[in-house]
Amino acid sequence: MKPIVEVNHLYKKYQIGEKQPYYSLRDSIVNFVRSPIRSINKLRKNEFWALKDISFKVMPGEVMGIIGRNGAGKSTLLKILSQITPPTKGEITLRGRVASLLEVGTGFHPELTGRENIFLNGAILGMKRAEIKRKFNQIIEFAEIQKFLDTPIKHYSSGMYTRLAFAVAAHLEPEILLIDEVLAVGDIQFQKKCLGKIQNISREEGRTVLFVSHNLQSIEQLCAKCILLEKGQVKMNGETKSVIAKYLNEVIPGTNKVIKLDKKADSVMSFSKIFITNSKGKITYNILEHEDFYVNLELNVLEETKDIDVNIAISNSQNVIACSNLSGIRNSQLRSFRPGKYIFKVKFSGGYLMPYNYFIHIYIQHPGVQSIDARENVLGFTVSGQKQDTYLSYRAGYVSLPSKWLLEK
Amino acid sequence: MNQTDNYELKVRPIKTNVFLNIKELWRYRELFYIFAWRDIKVRYKQTILGIAWAVLQPVTSTFIFTVFFGKFIKIPSEGLPYSLFVLIGLVYWSFFSGTLTHASNSLIENEGIIKKVYFPRLILPLSTIATGLIDFGISFILSLLVGLYFGYFPSPLAIIIIPLGLVIASLGAVGAGLFLTSINVKYRDVRYALPFFIQILIFVTPVIYPLSIVGSVNRLVIAINPIVGVIESARKVISGSGVIDYQVLAVSAISSILLFVAGLYYFRTTEKFFADII
Repeated sequence: MKPIVEVNHLYKKYQIGEKQPYYSLRDSIVNFVRSPIRSINKLRKNEFWALKDISFKVMPGEVMGIIGRNGAGKSTLLKILSQITPPTKGEITLRGRVASLLEVGTGFHPELTGRENIFLNGAILGMKRAEIKRKFNQIIEFAEIQKFLDTPIKHYSSGMYTRLAFAVAAHLEPEILLIDEVLAVGDIQFQKKCLGKIQNISREEGRTVLFVSHNLQSIEQLCAKCILLEKGQVKMNGETKSVIAKYLNEVIPGTNKVIKLDKKADSVMSFSKIFITNSKGKITYNILEHEDFYVNLELNVLEETKDIDVNIAISNSQNVIACSNLSGIRNSQLRSFRPGKYIFKVKFSGGYLMPYNYFIHIYIQHPGVQSIDARENVLGFTVSGQKQDTYLSYRAGYVSLPSKWLLEK
Repeated sequence: MNQTDNYELKVRPIKTNVFLNIKELWRYRELFYIFAWRDIKVRYKQTILGIAWAVLQPVTSTFIFTVFFGKFIKIPSEGLPYSLFVLIGLVYWSFFSGTLTHASNSLIENEGIIKKVYFPRLILPLSTIATGLIDFGISFILSLLVGLYFGYFPSPLAIIIIPLGLVIASLGAVGAGLFLTSINVKYRDVRYALPFFIQILIFVTPVIYPLSIVGSVNRLVIAINPIVGVIESARKVISGSGVIDYQVLAVSAISSILLFVAGLYYFRTTEKFFADII
């Protein structure tokens, strides 16, 4: 049997300038007239390879997971597979119709009713009108919105909106389905329903699914095989269990070393190093749930600066901030710096973060005025729970607040 | 899975675009209808007057123009009542300027879809023609009624000239729109420059004045604007009086075809990067 998806030596290059929100014609002309040579050189420097030499195969009926840190190239890969953007080099062979579900509710129009949006969204995702009609009842049943079918969706709650959007997408019938992070939405019950639907699509209907997610649990549940992307390259391709293990042990924590940060030119102060230590002072990126940990930051100050906030934010793998911490809040002395090197040790008490993967973002800023240095996803770490925590699956959420239960009666 | 055995699609770096992939467009024809349907549906949502706006707009403009240009300034109108004269001009002018505007904004207004789903992008600017057809139909019937009220019967030629005018106006508007919407993806200046440009354009278009006042040589130069020949000949056939200036109509027709081909070419060469830069 021939593979249904064959990716051969795929490359994708972006000009960084292309990611700017938008240009004005005047700016481009002015820049070019002022310094034609510099603007051409600048273009060349700003090249960035989002994908470098990607090759893999997917067999019909397989569910293939794609994991990696933010910016590893997962979404770019899906965009090329779904032909939204062309590759720079290389080739993909697709032996089946592709439908992509890169975001639920693509093309939903707020003024139109639920019924009208089902037809609109279905057509945009590639369904024929007859096909939508045939599945109409299934879709509204899955979405649980029967009562609001003729209400404009701008009056929908976000939950109803998401349910409707996923319901339409889940009833697509392509041979190859691309899914990007759609399960990050909706309540837990609905997420389970979606996972079940995806399982059904592959196992019973025999269709091929490529599935990008930060949620390792659902990747493990759905995918037999998995690809790990790192900096635009395939770092590993194989059984999901071993790929996830590699991701957790190598990619997320780095290599248990101090992370050196590139100097930021023309900045009065910037971060130079960051690492995490545990209560014993050992550098590690795997912390036990009830253990205190320390984020160590090294700052380089070139000129005297005042009224500064140094901010650490911890987010989960879906980029939702779990908490953030400002240096100046408790100690106003930590807001002004003379030139030199500074090392901060920020203590975080154990027991608050639930066992998941987290990412750290660090910022230096004049509050409300200007950002001096910002590094997002600068490092990742894992909080591990006790091995035999049978309650873990019942504990939802990312942060656990200390609480006491008192029996009143 | 049997149907997939022969299906094979190669995704490769795009070097040359097929100028017009009719086969693919045909496959996506339902999407064309649905975009048009959406725009028509959404058009007058949350308005009190709803579809009445399609009548109100040409009536109000005709009234104002008739009072100022017809009664006060006394612009000649080739023997027609000025109100009929200007209304026929507005029927096509509104279709042309409306389609041009919508086509030019069609890509950025559908930014979310372009970034997330593949389909022939050409469908978006093309489907804006359909949206303008409803308003066109309503104001066209209005112009026939006004003509009958003044005792003018349309000439049988109208059966050819009216649809032909629509085709020329559509090609011209979408041709310019294809060009502008591609630029609009990268440079949002278009959005601000366009209303201004259209305001100017109405003055070099014989909507409120007859083409005859510019002289016989100039008339062919002005006819490079595709809507000129359309308006001029429509006046002749709707009122059933006067002779169509086929030279002017031909210049406008050729110009609209050239405009469309050039716009299409530019669109197709820039299309592949829309999703990256929009």
